Amino acid sequence: MTDTLERAVAPEARTPNPVEWSKVQKWGVLGGLTMSFIAAIGMVTSLDRRLIVSPWLSLGFVTLLWVPVAYGFIAATEDVPDGKPAPVKGERDLVAGLVTGLLSGLFFSFFIVVIDAIDFTDIFRNLGPKLVELLTFGRSLGVATVLWTLGSGVLGLVGGALKVVPRKTRAALSAAVVGVLGVALLEIIVTDITQGLRIEFVADWIYALNGGLTTVSGAVIAGLSGVLGWRSDQRTLSERRLERMNLDPDVRLRKNIIAAIITILAVIFLPMILGGLTNELLANVGLFVLMGLGLNIVVGSAGLLDLGYVAFFAVGAYTTAVLTSPLSPYWVPQLTLNFLSWEGWLIVAIVLVMAAIAGIVVGTPVIRLRGDYLAIVTLGFGEIVRILFLSDWLAPYFGGAQGILNIPSAALGPVAIKGTSSQAMFYLISVLAGIAIYVAWRLQGSRTGRAWTALREDEDVAEAMGINTTAVKLTAFVMGAIFASMAGMVFAVKVGSIFPNSFKLLVSIIILVVVIVGGMGSIPGVIVGSVVLIGILGGPTQPGLLQEFGEFKLLIYGAILVAMMLKRPEGLWPSLRRQRELHQDDLSQDAWLRETADQDEGGDS
Amino acid sequence: MPILEITDLRKGFGGVQALDGVDFHIDKGEIVSVIGPNGAGKTSFFNIITGYFSPDQGEILFNGINIADHQPHEITELGIARTFQNVRLFPNMTVLENVMVAQHCRTKTGMIGTLLNTPSFRREEREIEEFAKEVLSFFGQRLKGYRWDQPAYVLSYANRRRLEIARAMATMPELILLDEPTAGMNPRETAELTDLIKQLRQDKGYTVVVIEHEMRVVRDVSDRVVVLDHGVKIAEGDYGTISQDPDVIEAYLGRPAEAKNG
Repeated sequence: MTDTLERAVAPEARTPNPVEWSKVQKWGVLGGLTMSFIAAIGMVTSLDRRLIVSPWLSLGFVTLLWVPVAYGFIAATEDVPDGKPAPVKGERDLVAGLVTGLLSGLFFSFFIVVIDAIDFTDIFRNLGPKLVELLTFGRSLGVATVLWTLGSGVLGLVGGALKVVPRKTRAALSAAVVGVLGVALLEIIVTDITQGLRIEFVADWIYALNGGLTTVSGAVIAGLSGVLGWRSDQRTLSERRLERMNLDPDVRLRKNIIAAIITILAVIFLPMILGGLTNELLANVGLFVLMGLGLNIVVGSAGLLDLGYVAFFAVGAYTTAVLTSPLSPYWVPQLTLNFLSWEGWLIVAIVLVMAAIAGIVVGTPVIRLRGDYLAIVTLGFGEIVRILFLSDWLAPYFGGAQGILNIPSAALGPVAIKGTSSQAMFYLISVLAGIAIYVAWRLQGSRTGRAWTALREDEDVAEAMGINTTAVKLTAFVMGAIFASMAGMVFAVKVGSIFPNSFKLLVSIIILVVVIVGGMGSIPGVIVGSVVLIGILGGPTQPGLLQEFGEFKLLIYGAILVAMMLKRPEGLWPSLRRQRELHQDDLSQDAWLRETADQDEGGDS
Repeated sequence: MPILEITDLRKGFGGVQALDGVDFHIDKGEIVSVIGPNGAGKTSFFNIITGYFSPDQGEILFNGINIADHQPHEITELGIARTFQNVRLFPNMTVLENVMVAQHCRTKTGMIGTLLNTPSFRREEREIEEFAKEVLSFFGQRLKGYRWDQPAYVLSYANRRRLEIARAMATMPELILLDEPTAGMNPRETAELTDLIKQLRQDKGYTVVVIEHEMRVVRDVSDRVVVLDHGVKIAEGDYGTISQDPDVIEAYLGRPAEAKNG
C-alpha cells in the first residue's frame, strides 16, 4: 500500500528532508549501549562456540551484529504525521544509517578499551580478558577499534540501505537472513527430521562437522530463502489479519475448517517422523497450550487478571501424585492412570473435582475485587498454595520439600505412556489440548462466553443486563482451574516426581506471557504463543529449541514482551475482538474510506 | 395499581444528602419524567432503584416486592431495565451481540449443553438471535442489516443511544428507566426519539421513567412530571402545572428578587 502511495505522489517534485541528527545521535549511542550490554551479560562469550556459518560466524557475534543494522534502519526511518506525503528516500537514509552505525561502533570500541584497561571480573563476571580477547579477534586494541567502528558503520549503512531499497528487495534480504539463521539454529531439529525421513545425507551436506552451516550451504540457503522472500506476496502480517477480518463469515469459517484439518493431520502424523527430542519439545508446547487456554478464558475472555494460576496446576499435579505414587501415604494401589480402565477415569474425575474445589475456594473471596487488586491477591494465593505444599505442617501428606517421587506412568490399556517416551506423551497431551481447544471454542460463542466478554468490557453494565457477575466470574475461574489441573496431571506423570518448587510464580508469569504474546482471548494465539515461547525459547524449566539461549531466556522473554507491547499489543494472532479494540482508529478510518461507516444524518459520528 | 412505589427514600454520600425522603409512584403504562437541575439526585435515584446503591432508608416496591436490597442483576431479572447517562455499550461486541447478551437472565443453557451442542442449546441460541434482531428492527433501518455485525464503537452517537435502548428492551422488562436519552442529539434526532419513547409504551407496553433535560421532550412524552432538587421532590404534576410552578422556576433560574438585589 505504501508503494502505491509513493508512486501516486510525484517524487521529482520534492526534495528529501535533511538528516535528523538528534535521532541519529540517540540511536547511535543506544546502539553502542545495547552492544556493550549484550557483551557484558556474557551472551557473546557463551554463544561463541555455537557456529552459524562455519568457521567464520558464530551466534555470539550475531547477537552483536544485528544491533547496528536494526538501529541504522530505525535512525533512517522518518516519522511522518498522518496525511503528509511519504518521505523521499535516498542518500539521507544511507547517511543516517552509516553515522548511526559508526557512532555505535565507536561507543562499543570505547567499551572494549575500558574493559581492557580495567578488569571488572570481580563485579561483572564476564567483563574480563576473555571477552577482550574475543572482541579484539586476538589482535591489538587499535586494530579492533578500527574494525568495530568501520564494521558497524558498514552494518549501519546496510540498515539505512534497507530503508531505501524497494520493498521486494527488502523482503528478499530479510528472508535470506532469517533463512540462514533459522536453518543454522534449528540444526538439532533438522537433523532429527532428516533422520526420521531417512535422508540424513541432506543434513550432512547442510551442516559442518563442528556445527553450523558450511559456507557453501549457507550461500545456497540464503539464495533459496531470498528467492522465496522475493516471490512471496508482500503483505505484512497485520495487513493479512485486517483482510481476514473483512472476509465474509462463511468464507472465514471455511478457511478455518481447512486450517483445522491440516493441523489435526499434522498432529497425528508429525510425531511419527520426528525424533524423540522434537517430540519432547512439542509435548512441552502442548502442556503450555493446555494451561494457556485455561488462563486465556480467565484473563482473555473474562478479563480477570489471575497471577496465581500455577496454584491450580499444582493442585492437579499433587492430586495425581498423592493418589498414584507408592511413596505417598494415601496411595491407592488399585488406582493407576490407565485410560482404558474405570480407575484411570476415577483419577481424572478426582483431579477435576479437586481443581473445581480449589477454583471455588480461591475464587470466592477474591472475585469481588477488580483489576490490580485481583491480580495482587491471586498472586498471593498462588504463593500460599506453593508454600502450603512446602510446609512441614502438610509434609506428612505432600512430602514437604522432598516432594512426591515415583509417580507411575499413565497407560492406554497395555500401552504405557511413560514420561521418557515423548512420542506417546505428545499424543496424550495433544488429545487433552484438543479437548481443551474444543471446549474453549464452544464456550466462546455461547451464552456463557458472551457473558464473559460483557464482563470484560464493562462489569457494571453487564450486571445491569441481568448477568450475575459473581457466578459468571466464578465459572471462568473454575474453567481455568480445570484446564490447569489437567496439565498438572500430565505434568506429574511426565516428570515422575514433583516438588513444590516446580510450581513457582514464574510458571504463572510465563503462561501469562504466552497468552499475551499469542494474543489475549484468541485460541490460535495461545498455540502460536506456546510454540514461539515454549517451543523455541523454552519454558520455566523445560529447554526449548534454542537451548543455547537458556541462560538468557528470561531476558529475551522480557525483551519480547516489551517489543510486543510497543509494536503489536494485540499479540501475534489476536482475536478479532482484541484486534478491533486496539486498532479502533485504523478500522473506523478504513470503514469510513469504504463508505460503510455511519451514514447517519448530519455526519455526527 | 402502581407498578413501582417508593416511599421515603433516603441516601446520603458523606455530607451530601443525594435523596432526602423521596416518595414516588408510577402506574402500569405510564410515562413519567424526572427533571431537576444538575446534582438534584436524579441519577442517584435511578442507581438506587436498579440496585447499584442500597438506600439508607425507604422502601422500593416493584410489583409488590421490596427490591431495596436486591442485586442489580436480580432487579433486571424481576423486570426493570435501564440505560446510562453516558452511553455505556459493550464497545467491542457487535451490535447484535450487545443485544444478545442482554437476554442472559431470560435464557438458561449451561456449560454442559453448550459443550455437547444439544438441540435445546441450538434452539435457544437461534431464539436469542431472532429476538435480538426483532428488537433491533424496532428502530427501523437504523440498526439493521450490515450493522448487526459491526462493533458497537463504530456507531454514531445517536445510534449508540438507540442500541442502548434496544439492549434494555432485550432484557424483557416491564419498566424501563431512560437516563437522559436525548443528551447530545441534534433536534431532528431528538424529535425522532420522542416518538420512539411514545412507541415504547404503545407498541411494546412498557412503563417508562425518563430523566430528561430537554423540556420539549418532557412536554411531549410525559403523563406526569416529578421535579427533584437537592434530593427533595419539590413538585409533581402534568407538564402545564409544573412549568408554572414557582418552586420549579426558582430551582432552575434562582429567585428573581435576589437576582435584582444582588
